[in-house]
Amino acid sequence: MEEDSLNPEIELVLIGGSAGSLEVLFKLLPLLKADLKPAIIVVLHRKSAGDSSLIDLLSTKTVLPIQEAEDKDLILPGNMYLAPSDYHLLIEKNRTFTLDYSEKINFSRPSLDVTFEAAADIFGALTAGIILSGANDDGTIGLRAIKKAGGKIIAQDPTTAQMPLMPQHAINNLKMDHIFNTVEMAGYLNNL
Amino acid sequence: MIEDEEIEILLTDLFDIHGYDFTSYSRASLKRRISRLYSLDKFPSFAELRYRVRTDESYLKRFVEEITVNVTEMFRDPSFYLSLRNDVLPILGTKPFIRIWHAGCSTGEEVYSMAILLKEAGLLKKSLLYATDLNPSVLEKVRKGIFPLIQMKQYSESYISSGGLADFSTYYTANYGQAKFDQELSDKIIISTHNLVSDSSFNEFDLILCRNVLIYFDKDLQDRVLKLFDASLGSLGYLALGSKETLKFSAVQNNYKQLNREKIWKKIV
Repeated sequence: MEEDSLNPEIELVLIGGSAGSLEVLFKLLPLLKADLKPAIIVVLHRKSAGDSSLIDLLSTKTVLPIQEAEDKDLILPGNMYLAPSDYHLLIEKNRTFTLDYSEKINFSRPSLDVTFEAAADIFGALTAGIILSGANDDGTIGLRAIKKAGGKIIAQDPTTAQMPLMPQHAINNLKMDHIFNTVEMAGYLNNL
Repeated sequence: MIEDEEIEILLTDLFDIHGYDFTSYSRASLKRRISRLYSLDKFPSFAELRYRVRTDESYLKRFVEEITVNVTEMFRDPSFYLSLRNDVLPILGTKPFIRIWHAGCSTGEEVYSMAILLKEAGLLKKSLLYATDLNPSVLEKVRKGIFPLIQMKQYSESYISSGGLADFSTYYTANYGQAKFDQELSDKIIISTHNLVSDSSFNEFDLILCRNVLIYFDKDLQDRVLKLFDASLGSLGYLALGSKETLKFSAVQNNYKQLNREKIWKKIV
């Protein structure tokens, strides 16, 4: 089918957020179905202090298997991974994670741009990137890389965002495929 | 943007011409750092970059320093240092002489943190800290013991969280935006280049620290390096890794017992 070859199946979804994005995830995660097809990587700006409780908190909101990404872990379909605090999260050709302790990017580690670019390089057109609420402009460069690789890019509707700056910055600079509220986002992910 | 094949060409050149073996390093990290350097140094083409790396010794130095990650800080993960204070140093203190190896120490912030712990435990005089890295230029910074003054506020907070009781500023002299750490600390630090990929064991140690270095290595190289550490640790010695690194699933894991929640293992053979 013509349609299918133009729309390759998304195998990896990246969700990036900063201030105000946790509330979105708390609403979004319970709406995701148990047999979700793609892998999901969540990259959040967080305090560098060891807030390992975030993974526990998120796991109460989803039926999907969720874990903090560990060095050399293989990215598996239908699994959800949270980028650990104070490391950048990279992806190797064999679809395993590499943690990286290099300089902060956009004052952030993990940085959305870093993981989004790494994903675009490895998963190419099979990638979808979603940018949520936040008060800085991390993520736009990464989304551009995903778009260039043929993937899909999505922004949280800024009017629904506690901190509209981050999704708005992406919308102002890129041609987004979709602008969604939380319920629309869940519908999109469940249909992949 | 640098292509995957071009990365491999550079890695082959680095090994064939200069003897640096980066072939077991994470490609995702190398690609990111080489691409970054390529645009930072405004090369007109990949061929130009390759030519510089092959022929220009001083550029080679910069290249190696920039593609390896040299980000470090004092008292990073304070709870880790608290455990060194409470669980490790009292045991090491019973020895007549203490040898510590900081492998892949970069600019040395962790080495100076360790020297401060030893001083506060009254053990500095009978200790030697070996600080090694593959980059000669970062070791020069270790030798000087000079770090940006602007960092000191955060380091002071981490120091206090790590159980430090003194006024952190008594350990350095501030001058022109720099903090120079006391000679008493640097006198106990021995610097040397050492490449974990190609060099072998050079002494026996009571404690080896190698934090946030193994994450850049593939599984085989991680195993090789852990065996090197194992061969360099005395019996009942300690091995400390970064907060996301582990001995689990490694070839030497059965020789070690993890102390507590921190990434510190005691050799039990």
